[in-house]
Amino acid sequence: MKKLFSIILLASVFAGGCKPESEFLTVDPTAILNNEQAFNDPALVLSMLANFYNRQTDFSTVKNWESMADFSESFPSQNGGPKSIIERNQWDFGFWSTWDYTLIRELNLFLQRLEAATKLKDDEKKRFRAEGRFLRAYYYFEMVKRMGGVPLILEPMVWDYKGDPTYLRHARATESAMYDFVIAEMQAIRPDLPADVNVKSRASRGAALAMECRAALYAGSIAKYGNVTPSVSLPTGEVGIPASKANDYYTKALTAAELIISGSAGTYALYQRNADLSENFAALFYDKVGNPESIFIEDFKLKSGKVHGFTQVNQPRFGAEEEEGGRINPSLNLVQSFEKLDNTFEQLPVKDGAGNPIYYDNQTDIFAGRDARLGGTVMLPGTFFKRRQVDIWAGYVLADGSVVTGDDRGSQKTLPGQTQPVQVVGFDGPIHGKEHTAQSGFYLRKYLDPVSGSGSRGTGSEIPFIRYRYAEVLLNAAEAAFELNQPGVAAGYMNQVRARAGLTTPLGAGDINLGRIMHERRAELSFEGHIVFDQKRWRNAHVVWDGVSMNEADLLSNIGSPNKHNTQPFSLWPYKVHNPGSPTHGKWIYRIIKSPLVTGTNRFRLGNYYSFINNDIRSNNPKIVPNPNQD
Amino acid sequence: MKKLCSYILPLVALLAASCKKDNFDPPQARLHGRLVYQGEGIPLEFNQVPFQLYQFGFGKVGPVSNTTFTQDGAYSVLLFEGEYKLTVPNGQGPFLWKKQPDGRPDSITVQMKGDQQLDLEVTPFYMIRNVQMAAAANKVTATFGLEKIVNGADGKNVERVNLYINKTAFVSAGGDYSIASSQRGGGAITDPANISMEVTVPALVPAQSYIYARVGLKLQGVEDMIFSPVTKINL
Repeated sequence: MKKLFSIILLASVFAGGCKPESEFLTVDPTAILNNEQAFNDPALVLSMLANFYNRQTDFSTVKNWESMADFSESFPSQNGGPKSIIERNQWDFGFWSTWDYTLIRELNLFLQRLEAATKLKDDEKKRFRAEGRFLRAYYYFEMVKRMGGVPLILEPMVWDYKGDPTYLRHARATESAMYDFVIAEMQAIRPDLPADVNVKSRASRGAALAMECRAALYAGSIAKYGNVTPSVSLPTGEVGIPASKANDYYTKALTAAELIISGSAGTYALYQRNADLSENFAALFYDKVGNPESIFIEDFKLKSGKVHGFTQVNQPRFGAEEEEGGRINPSLNLVQSFEKLDNTFEQLPVKDGAGNPIYYDNQTDIFAGRDARLGGTVMLPGTFFKRRQVDIWAGYVLADGSVVTGDDRGSQKTLPGQTQPVQVVGFDGPIHGKEHTAQSGFYLRKYLDPVSGSGSRGTGSEIPFIRYRYAEVLLNAAEAAFELNQPGVAAGYMNQVRARAGLTTPLGAGDINLGRIMHERRAELSFEGHIVFDQKRWRNAHVVWDGVSMNEADLLSNIGSPNKHNTQPFSLWPYKVHNPGSPTHGKWIYRIIKSPLVTGTNRFRLGNYYSFINNDIRSNNPKIVPNPNQD
Repeated sequence: MKKLCSYILPLVALLAASCKKDNFDPPQARLHGRLVYQGEGIPLEFNQVPFQLYQFGFGKVGPVSNTTFTQDGAYSVLLFEGEYKLTVPNGQGPFLWKKQPDGRPDSITVQMKGDQQLDLEVTPFYMIRNVQMAAAANKVTATFGLEKIVNGADGKNVERVNLYINKTAFVSAGGDYSIASSQRGGGAITDPANISMEVTVPALVPAQSYIYARVGLKLQGVEDMIFSPVTKINL
């Protein structure tokens, strides 16, 4: 009996262990989802998309302030690395390059697996597919802007382990084919995306149209202005677009823009909520509540882990959370380029005709009567941020013109004729070489968050980075219309943007020229990542950044001219007059200064029009032809 | 003692030997020369015109050396012994480099075995001739002539000429390389064989009693400028 029992026991043990050997190791992992599981649940698909949204490449975003501080539009007020921006004489050919085929491959895999998914509803699937294609086109657009034509790969490539990789090598597509791809993709996916103004951080119909509009405009201007730099092209078209295609592209750009303007993708509008036009322009970037102007943004959210420190690194330093900030100092070059309200360009009145300084009662008076976007883009001395006045002034000027100043923020000295020391320099600077103070006499205002806590390292800011906004669409429409020989239409669109900035005298059809359009984009879109790509597509970058150093006379002449070179950032420093008994005592004067730290000049070489494709890439794939003019 | 022989001594010997094994000699053969046209040097802008050296059979594609000519058109590199190809890339330099029938730049084969001097004969679009520089009353005056070398389909028109002055011997348009310059557009040149330009010398801080000057010629459709040699002028 006992024996029998043990036999039964043994047998039952064997029986229990008798899984087929083949199944013995096939236990589903508990921590990894397979493709079928992942693509069955819309929430999981969305989380994959979120990853792709996060990995998109942008230029000049709130995540990377140094890229905004370039191009002589501002002075990078931080020692160490960023200071090299004003010390270098030219950009390396590799600048702005991007080559993330990992992202492309994963997007291609995503689209392939999404197609194979069985349990998603049709309308969910459609929208996800449209978003995947939107993001792939978005990245290809970034690539073509920087590299010219690149291999256009729309399938996930698979390695066959046979040792010969040649079948995976693809040649570069032509530049126009890249733009055609972006435009065609946007047209194809548009119906599958929601026409909803409130969808901003995901692809929407408005975003697709805006991207189509911008891509077509870029392609059109490369076609039209390519003849300015004939050597920036390749015989096989990887770089350069034939001039004959210009009109076609401009027409597409105008059509796409007008679809947004007519409201077919939702009612977008210019942001107009504040009677103070400068504050209104600044608020456009920090007001997240149903902002009608932003079309496609990279969003951030407090306490979610996705916040940025842009306010922390750029806020006026004095009294700020963390006592930190002040890195981007917009240059006088940019400040003086904002128009007067009568649509003319004029230098800031620093001296009168005889060369004597002009005295001002208030610090801000010198900037009066200008385009309201100036105050919305640049924090001027004497204005307020977070209800605190920005304390920017460089010292006391005595009767003989000599200056009493200090070498630390807010330092004190005894003025002649007085017994007590007084503050002789602003708590926000400027002091030459003192990092994080207003070296140029200005701070940046755009993208700065006025919410308390936004400047602290722990909290951060949640204001979004706007990738596409309605004002740009209007300006794109204006440019396309102008190039299509409809200056009246162009003036109409431009005047809408200008009216919001307080420039209420409308421009007529005869006033519109490419220089006007270039200027308008600089005033409206500065620090939003447009300047380098705009100058590149107009083939004007080597004119504006010609590498020739500037002097004061140079700076003050031809303001607003599209050919004016802009190679070094200048400063405008306010001083208080100390001259007891004189009517000028206690007033403000300004001086134009070129910081001794500015030793380099910006030189844009022909080889910078398209970024360098590095030798590793070309070694691995000999089909890639190099970009012109770089060696 | 046995232990010392069997373990430690061989180890020491190995370590001593490995020092030699791990390090190889740096390149020591010097290749140098300058750009010439009929025996005359061609001055350029500092660090703007590149030349490349290629060597076959080492895996990756790309030049082994990608360096630039100095401002008097000279070059110099240290190389290992062996066979190289030297070329100037397409569209670089204010001169014509020999081309292959398919339009790609031709190359010169260089056999390195010890030091070697190799002047590169090229055809510049123009030459700046008879340069005379003088300083008087805080002004630098230059007279010179332009001789068109390349005619026909490859010929280029003059975009502008510049007279640059600098405190150091590096003189050209870029940031640190000029303290003042004057410019004349191509249309304003009536007699290319006889051009006179002048530039006012700004205040020199700290003061110095001499200045360096040279003339640059910019051609339409060519990025790199042609220069005259740098001249030191006593003020």
